[in-house]
Amino acid sequence: MERIIKTIKRYHLGPTIGLFILIFILSFATAKFFTFGNLRNVALQISVNALIAVGMTFVILTAGIDLSVGSTLALSAALASQLMVGHVSPWLAVIAALAFGGLAGALNGFFVAYAGLAPFIVTLGTMTLFRGMTEIYTNGMPIFNLPQEFAKFGTGTFLEIPIPVWVMALVFITAWVVLHRTIAGRRIYAIGGNERVSFLAGVPVKRYLLSVYVVSGILASLAGIILASRLGSAEPTAGVGYELDAITAVVLGGTSLAGGEGTLVGTLIGALILGIIDNGLNLLNVNSFYQDAVKGLIILAAIMLDRKKSSAR
Amino acid sequence: MALLEMKGICKGFSGVKVLQGVDLQVSGGEVVALLGENGAGKSTLMKILTGVYVADAGQIAIDGETVPIKAIHDAQNLGIEMIYQELNLFPNLSVAENFLIGHEDEFRTLGFVNYPLLYKKVAETMATLNLNRDPKELLGGLSVGEQQLVEIGKALQKDVRFLIMDEPTSALSRAETERLFEIVRSLKDKGVGIIYISHRLEELFTVADRVTVLRDGQFIATVKTEETTERELVALMVGRDIEERYPHVETTPTEIVLRAEQLSTQFVHEVSLEVKAGEIVGLGGLMGSGRTEVARALSGIDALKSGQIILEGRKLSLRTPIDAIRSGIALVTEDRKNEGLHLPFTIRENLALPTLDGRSRWGLIARQEERENAEHWVKQLRVKTPTIEQAVQNLSGGNQQKVVIGKWLACNPKLLIMDEPTRGVDVGAKQEIYQLMNQLKSEGKAVLLISSDLPELLGMSDRVYVMHEGVIMGELLSGEMEQEAFMRLATGGEV
Repeated sequence: MERIIKTIKRYHLGPTIGLFILIFILSFATAKFFTFGNLRNVALQISVNALIAVGMTFVILTAGIDLSVGSTLALSAALASQLMVGHVSPWLAVIAALAFGGLAGALNGFFVAYAGLAPFIVTLGTMTLFRGMTEIYTNGMPIFNLPQEFAKFGTGTFLEIPIPVWVMALVFITAWVVLHRTIAGRRIYAIGGNERVSFLAGVPVKRYLLSVYVVSGILASLAGIILASRLGSAEPTAGVGYELDAITAVVLGGTSLAGGEGTLVGTLIGALILGIIDNGLNLLNVNSFYQDAVKGLIILAAIMLDRKKSSAR
Repeated sequence: MALLEMKGICKGFSGVKVLQGVDLQVSGGEVVALLGENGAGKSTLMKILTGVYVADAGQIAIDGETVPIKAIHDAQNLGIEMIYQELNLFPNLSVAENFLIGHEDEFRTLGFVNYPLLYKKVAETMATLNLNRDPKELLGGLSVGEQQLVEIGKALQKDVRFLIMDEPTSALSRAETERLFEIVRSLKDKGVGIIYISHRLEELFTVADRVTVLRDGQFIATVKTEETTERELVALMVGRDIEERYPHVETTPTEIVLRAEQLSTQFVHEVSLEVKAGEIVGLGGLMGSGRTEVARALSGIDALKSGQIILEGRKLSLRTPIDAIRSGIALVTEDRKNEGLHLPFTIRENLALPTLDGRSRWGLIARQEERENAEHWVKQLRVKTPTIEQAVQNLSGGNQQKVVIGKWLACNPKLLIMDEPTRGVDVGAKQEIYQLMNQLKSEGKAVLLISSDLPELLGMSDRVYVMHEGVIMGELLSGEMEQEAFMRLATGGEV
């Protein structure tokens, strides 16, 4: 317990306080908020963003950034859907889409790690490239008529909890173990902390840089599959702007854009804050024009709280 | 001539007394060296003089008149300037623009920068410093020594009466150091009072008139340099007599551990050398002679063009540092902050990084062993820290260096290359590092020592190879360790 409090104090004081204030206010402001049904809904709503944000955490910890996730999501979803429409088994289609996501990530990783290009520029390029490819592939039209079996993946429940939430939990726990308990995780932090020192200490820097983008690509692809399954279609414009939501969640969670510092728990808190803001503003019937402005203010406030803690340390 | 006096200065931070009644005097045209180990209070004292901190008690007076220094600009208005050890320059701007920053008013014409005037003024300043560079050149293209001169030039732009120099020579070559001393002398002649901070004792005898020694925040003594010795200064600094500055142990070096044959890289040419078990071999030369580059070739950082590296009779092919570490070659890099340590990370994490592989099961970190490893080396190397969970950035230079060394000893290397192992380390920690080197030697390890501190290099090594422009010019054996012989080789002459 003491250790948990210590960790929270060190890394996530601002976001945790922000999260609790939000929950507190909303619980009083609207009776609908603190119900099992609504909280389950929040969990389902954040699952897509949380999955992307987990991958983004890996990338940002190495001082990189992945702007291509939204486009990767759309292209993977379109690929899986087209395969299923062509009567390929859903399982095979999903595996193919995930493999594609990994490949897309590997392309980013190759340019960043082996060609030495800036992550921002590389992924800005592939973001546009993948979006264009999606439009070409789908001819700009949504893909409908996905098999029933596939729809269950996004809309079904297990023990009252939606399957996407289970997927999110599983991915989260795996990623936590990797980042905080394995050598690979430690090396990812080390690379982000100081790439040169890591290289000289015998860390295969390039291989690790490549792999964080692969992780990000696969998780973006998984998010795309869940989204397509929930909506029952693959939209060519799916996932536009999702990269920014994911980055927001990561940064809200206290991870430094400079790399080497941050935690996965923070990212989850960040994703929760974003989800609860959306949910709460909807429950309170706030005019959608105001929703974005309010959201922006809350994000700034949370980050300020965090800054204050860092400078006091 | 103006006289600056600090009297009874006290300063504490959250209850810890850092300075307790320290006195310091410097008059115009005089160089006073401020000496003390890291943590003795030198930088706090200087920060009080320059207005970064305000003293809790005590007075600062110029010519007997108390002056209130409450902020940086108060000190600047009194003509007190400081040149910091870490350069505060912009490598991405031109030399002239570096002079411009902070002096914009002087070069402003109708809101625009008056570049012709700026270039003219800067060229004049540079000429007085013997700095033969174009003011339009990017600062980043200058050597560290030249950048240091730019920093001095910047300080001299104002009307300086008292100049503080913090370790100005720590990154300079011998020639650059000489040039710096000339500048110090000419400033002296102009009546500037100089406070000179350095860990290099032999330097003080060349440059300083008096030495003020601090220890643990207390004023210990002020002595005239002509009336003292290095040994006395060290004793004043550490509070006890250190018998030998460079302790030596006798071993009988046995088999050859490392043999480098005709190594050539982009930077060095046909370098051949040997290091035996139980031997400390020095590799010396002036700045830029290729010493560090030999170390880089031996540890898989720079690619070999030709030649071979043989470790314990086995030919190595090193493509990355990983290969070198696996083969048993470890390099303690010269740049602790940028190459040696993850500063915000804990001691435990830093000590474990190169050896994580060796202690894993299914890719998981063996956390118990990681902690034991850290506890072991912290104890073994006497790293002063409350816990292994301390971030290394909070440690003193000497303790940081011990962590770097520990990190590499944990790999159990056959050959340990130490590049500038005592740079920026105080006398006490230096002694410990020397003893550690001797211990490694007694245990039969092979050590290759690179150092620009000549007495240290000659004092600690059993043999010394001397480099000049990427080539080994010769070897000094144990009986021939003379500075003159070294300098002849290092400057390209014959023995």
